[in-house]
Amino acid sequence: MNFDVAAEADKLTMLGYGLLAFVVVVGGLLLLLDIVPSWFARQREQRLAMAVAGVDPAAPPPARRKPREWLFGLFFLLPAVLLLLVGLVVPAIRTVLLSLMDGRSESWVGLDNYSWMFSQDEILSVLTNTLVWVLLVPLLATSVGLIYAVLVDRARLESLAKALVFMPTAISFVGAGIIWKFVYAYRGPEQEQIGLLNQLVVGFGGEPQQWLQNPPLNTLFLIVVMVWIQAGFAMVVLSAAIKAIPADVVEAARLDGVNSWQMFWRITMPSIRPALIVVVVTISIATLKLFDIVRTMTNGNYDTNVIATEMYNQAFRYGQTGQGSALAVFLFVLVIPIVIYQIRNLRKQREA
Amino acid sequence: MAVFSRPRQALMLASVLGLAMSATACGGSDDSKNNSGSGDCAAYEQYQGNDGKTVSIYASIRDAEADLLQQSWEEFSDCTGIEIEYEGSGEFEAQLQVRVDGGNAPDIAFVPQPGLLARFAESGKLKPASAETKTMAEKNYPADWLKYSTVKGTFYGAPLGSNVKSFVWYSPKMFAEKGWKVPTTWAELMTLSDQIAAAGTKPWCAGIESGDATGWPATDWIEDLMLRTQTPEVYDQWTTHGIPFNDPRVAAAVDQAGQILKNPKYVNGGFGDVKTIASTSFQEAGTPIVQGKCALHRQASFYANQWPQGTKVAEDGDVFAFYFPAIDPAKGKPVLGGGEFTVAFADRPEVQAVQTYLASSEYANSRAKLGNWVSANKGLDINNVKNPIDKLSVQILQDQQTTFRFDGSDLMPAAVGAGTFWKGMVDWINGKDTASTLTYIENSWK
Repeated sequence: MNFDVAAEADKLTMLGYGLLAFVVVVGGLLLLLDIVPSWFARQREQRLAMAVAGVDPAAPPPARRKPREWLFGLFFLLPAVLLLLVGLVVPAIRTVLLSLMDGRSESWVGLDNYSWMFSQDEILSVLTNTLVWVLLVPLLATSVGLIYAVLVDRARLESLAKALVFMPTAISFVGAGIIWKFVYAYRGPEQEQIGLLNQLVVGFGGEPQQWLQNPPLNTLFLIVVMVWIQAGFAMVVLSAAIKAIPADVVEAARLDGVNSWQMFWRITMPSIRPALIVVVVTISIATLKLFDIVRTMTNGNYDTNVIATEMYNQAFRYGQTGQGSALAVFLFVLVIPIVIYQIRNLRKQREA
Repeated sequence: MAVFSRPRQALMLASVLGLAMSATACGGSDDSKNNSGSGDCAAYEQYQGNDGKTVSIYASIRDAEADLLQQSWEEFSDCTGIEIEYEGSGEFEAQLQVRVDGGNAPDIAFVPQPGLLARFAESGKLKPASAETKTMAEKNYPADWLKYSTVKGTFYGAPLGSNVKSFVWYSPKMFAEKGWKVPTTWAELMTLSDQIAAAGTKPWCAGIESGDATGWPATDWIEDLMLRTQTPEVYDQWTTHGIPFNDPRVAAAVDQAGQILKNPKYVNGGFGDVKTIASTSFQEAGTPIVQGKCALHRQASFYANQWPQGTKVAEDGDVFAFYFPAIDPAKGKPVLGGGEFTVAFADRPEVQAVQTYLASSEYANSRAKLGNWVSANKGLDINNVKNPIDKLSVQILQDQQTTFRFDGSDLMPAAVGAGTFWKGMVDWINGKDTASTLTYIENSWK
């Protein structure tokens, strides 16, 4: 295909304007970030100089300046507040409102969308699946990561071993989904297998299976993918936490004659508890929001649907904005307790 | 956080970037209109009088196809002086809504879904077609087609391109070698299937996996069989929810499709058992035909583009298609298909002139000559269509016996036609029985 500059001039101009606007806004902000603090610094210097020169710093002029400094503080807060408002608060309120309206967002239907959610077998299976995901993924990913971190700790080739497990974390969920779809691929017994797992099964004399098409086990096969991705993250964080355990504690325990089992449960686990909680919470939230793997691998068919995929389908594919929003609100409600727990934990740590 | 140590540095960067941007923005704004139109302008007499006006067209057709489209109305533009600004988008359906809501509607849009067309018509966004357009459309297109762009008695625009879905792909070579004959009735089709199965090959291959649209090829099967087991009137009632989705007549059609799709002796050639239909992508579903592992694959005319490179698509080539036979040929030739409609969001004279022109047989021939295009336009000269499968499609569409019906899932509400119907068919292939599948779909239709 040849690219006709003249025909695309409109779009190029638009692109130009967009980039120009971007540069102006970002450049302006950066400029501001640079100028304003240095202006304040100069002010302070002046005041300091005045104080040194013997002028009373508590005299009227600073009293006039103080509120202005406060105003500037507000000014700096503004972009973040504005972005939060536009990007989070307003959409959240709007979603809640939409969840109380019908599919076309034209009339109010009260809590109908919510009762629909809990009365459809389809949606109930979506909710159960999400529950299975949320229970299993954090548990499995964290345990795998933890066991691996403990096992390779101070072993030979530790960094190589860690890199191997960490690598999947760098792969996008969609990419991982496609890779594992090939792993689970199925061909009839009379054909040559193209999927790794079925090839192994056939190699050991078994019948090839349609891994992704038989509920309820197929959800577990999808969970394996998520664990594969998240275990690396858990392993890295926990390994760092293990390395941060003070050497004298470990040494003292050794002198007291603990075996490795006791060492793990009495020393390692209590020491890495905060890191462990962060990992579990992070993975739990990621799992609740899970969308890509299911959409890529089964598209929610064969009883593998989860809340996020169903929400997307309802709102954007079926044009049922109300039902989609209700699912979104429900998901939001599910995430809140985890977030609160996390914040509390952070506070406790900071106080400690 | 001070990113730049000195304001001057930041300033410099900003200005340099800005300069570079403005340079790009100014690149190429010259007009590329080439007045090569030396052809006979007499044919465009009726569209004259709008010199220098511009009409914008918005559609889902992109890339090479869009180039052909623009080429097809070049002569019209040169002769009448009406400039046509075409824009194609991959997210046409969603974007059209956004543009219309935002007061930035195109003058003309090619809408491939009658349901979407009706929605715009009902909300008063569409302008009814002019009397000239209506006359032109009635002259050139069968009544079966026009009703899809008629909403509550008002006609909104003529059909344009189309495709035929009632096709079964096969390998003429394989058929010649084995001495099989192309079936012309349903009974012959089943006999042939048995014959092939007895010879040790699974006769049919199918695949309905298509990303987030998984399931749609199976809905085409059901629609085709609705048209074959029921009258077109019942089909219309079905697509408009005049009869429930779990009506016994629908169940009969689904079971008839199941005679092939859920028959382990018949499917799934080259892939495995019945369930593999759900996991096989529609793009690769027909390829076992080329490898000799499967003999029959029901899919629309556009599947011609899916064959491996170097496959000759012709009656004497590697693969070709035959009409998916009717159960009782005496009752006519039901054809399932799709297509797009030219509807207008403005009623300026130049917009109406373009709309009328696009409905004419002159336009259909002008576009068909460029290749890769099919239309139900009765004035389309079959000799202008080069591609063998396109030729067959045009023949079928122009056949007096043909009863055309639009793809039913495009006529149903999105929650059903692009939702539970697709999902239901996936479950059905995966082992769910017909009755509970249809009840599930019926319950979702509010």
